[in-house]
Amino acid sequence: MSGLWILFRRELGQTWGRGGGPVLALTFFACVATLLPLAVGASPARLGSVAPGAAWLALALASLLSLERLFERDFEDGTLDLLALGPAPLEAVALAKGLAQWLANGAPLALLAPVVAVALGAGLSLVPMIFISALIGGLGLSFTGGIGAALSLGSRRGGVLIAVIVLPLFAPPVIFGAGVIDAYASGLDWRPALGFLSAYSLAALALGPLAMAAACRNALS
Amino acid sequence: MITGLHLENLAIRRGERLLFAGLCLDLGASEALALTGANGAGKTSLLRAIAGLIAPHEGCVRFAGAKGDLEPEDARSSGIHLLGHQDGLKSAGTAWDELLFQVRWTGGSEASARAACRLLDLERLLGLEVRKLSAGQRRRLALARLVASPRALWLLDEPMAPLDSERRHLFGHLMGEHLAAGGMIIAAVHDPLPIPVRRLDLVFS
Amino acid sequence: MFQALANPQRFMAFSRWAAPLLAVIAAGLLSWGLWLSFSAPEDYQQGATVRLMFIHVPAAYMAMFCYACLGAASLMGLVFRHVLADAAARACAPLGAGFTALALITGMLWGRPMWGTWWVWDARVTSVLVLFLFYIGYMALQAAIDDETRATRASGILALVGLINLPIVKFSVDWWNTLHQPASVFRKGGPSLPPEFLWPLGVMALAYMALFGALWLVRIRAEVWRKRAQSLALQAAG
Repeated sequence: MSGLWILFRRELGQTWGRGGGPVLALTFFACVATLLPLAVGASPARLGSVAPGAAWLALALASLLSLERLFERDFEDGTLDLLALGPAPLEAVALAKGLAQWLANGAPLALLAPVVAVALGAGLSLVPMIFISALIGGLGLSFTGGIGAALSLGSRRGGVLIAVIVLPLFAPPVIFGAGVIDAYASGLDWRPALGFLSAYSLAALALGPLAMAAACRNALS
Repeated sequence: MITGLHLENLAIRRGERLLFAGLCLDLGASEALALTGANGAGKTSLLRAIAGLIAPHEGCVRFAGAKGDLEPEDARSSGIHLLGHQDGLKSAGTAWDELLFQVRWTGGSEASARAACRLLDLERLLGLEVRKLSAGQRRRLALARLVASPRALWLLDEPMAPLDSERRHLFGHLMGEHLAAGGMIIAAVHDPLPIPVRRLDLVFS
Repeated sequence: MFQALANPQRFMAFSRWAAPLLAVIAAGLLSWGLWLSFSAPEDYQQGATVRLMFIHVPAAYMAMFCYACLGAASLMGLVFRHVLADAAARACAPLGAGFTALALITGMLWGRPMWGTWWVWDARVTSVLVLFLFYIGYMALQAAIDDETRATRASGILALVGLINLPIVKFSVDWWNTLHQPASVFRKGGPSLPPEFLWPLGVMALAYMALFGALWLVRIRAEVWRKRAQSLALQAAG
């Protein structure tokens, strides 16, 4: 257990500190959000109606960004060999990595998401709901994305490949996440959507590490 | 603790190519084995198969303990050091941070890491980032992990290539101590090891 | 039967006559189905365009059926590490992508006269599109990893991930948009289609199935031959 805790803290430090850490993902998030009014026009009515959805779309894209580094570096420099011969099975290693990814990337993005949505014209009353849905959804995005990152190990063109593999799988969290905000904004019952989003994230948390570990073993073999 | 390694009728395949087949080997406590053979003969693959990273095409790898056979997973998670061409040291981290993580992950302590650094004359390098180390210094840092966290079976892939003659001598001494304490070593080498060893020459099958 | 066919030699001997036989059956069923389709009466609302249904709906079934085959083959390949299962998985994906593309294209052709637009973002269209993208991702992953065994296993894991995930995608997309007309063939209380439409639909579905079977067998055979040629070339190279 202590071994895993050490690994988790290291992963957190790596994700947080290396190569700009979450700053890069946050900046990317802000850039996508800036391009949106330039693309669809600045009329508040139009922007306001798409703001929550656009925030969620940008969130999904931004959380793709750092996925490439989740396993690739460790695979290339031999760390993954070391991790495979440690006190914990690779499933637990994948779990620690995914959680670190969520805390160091998903959580900062979740903090920025309401800011972006409000800047695009979403109502201030939506702020807590956007944060909560982005935080819960981010867990699912990290673990689903981690599967793509582990699967593309040892391939040519890792980054683009991860996006192609993972984006179709991002459909449920994007639908439920944007659905929460939509329902809340229009005064409908938002709890089913939040329930589905949480269920998806928990399922990804439970099953993602299995797939990631299998993919890592395959890449090492 | 692992006290013996048995390879039974082992065959390893990479892609479409059969590297070797029918390999049988028994290694007991305090024994060292030097793997030789041409490039591509399968030295690295054999080491990775013993470490469980590659599934053998045929045959099996067994680990013996004091009371009969060990579960391979248990043996590998607490009894094997694998040091290959890639040492897993992140180039942006400081030497000490990187070493400390590796040592603690493989079951050593901070105190044992310090002791290993003293032994390998690394103390002045510990504050530097790994990328600033020379190849020889970096290899010594990687070797410190072997000394600092006690694991019975060392699987080494060209461990001495970047070391100068003085450090080779030192490393030979460390390997001797490991064997004297009941450890085992399998090393893929081109140059002879500075300790008494058995030799296994892998040839293309 | 699986046990017997798992032996590559026996599979090759079996598929040698099974593939052409299935092809002949497919051709027969296809001709019969097309004849039935064109002799079916026009729909009182859709007119002659209803005939597109006989091409479109079976393609949509096959898109999902192929995925089930892909998932099953991947599971067998991962669990039993069997070469034939791997070959079957590799052979299946392009066929599935083809049927999915056919479903999407014929859907668009049907949508134009029906809804007055080529494309509607409704639940069923969207989830079939996601399925198509997923097939593409599967094939891209396979193509991007050089080592063939590793590529097959990686894409096999992805196929299993999809096996769990695609129903969730389907559910989420349905939840997202419940505006589409309700499923009209397989629904409680028996089919609502008149029998003169059900017949050509059923025959066409069988024809597609036979066609898929024939193509799949041929592609698996090609995979096996390709593997053999590769190892022969390696042997020759020493």
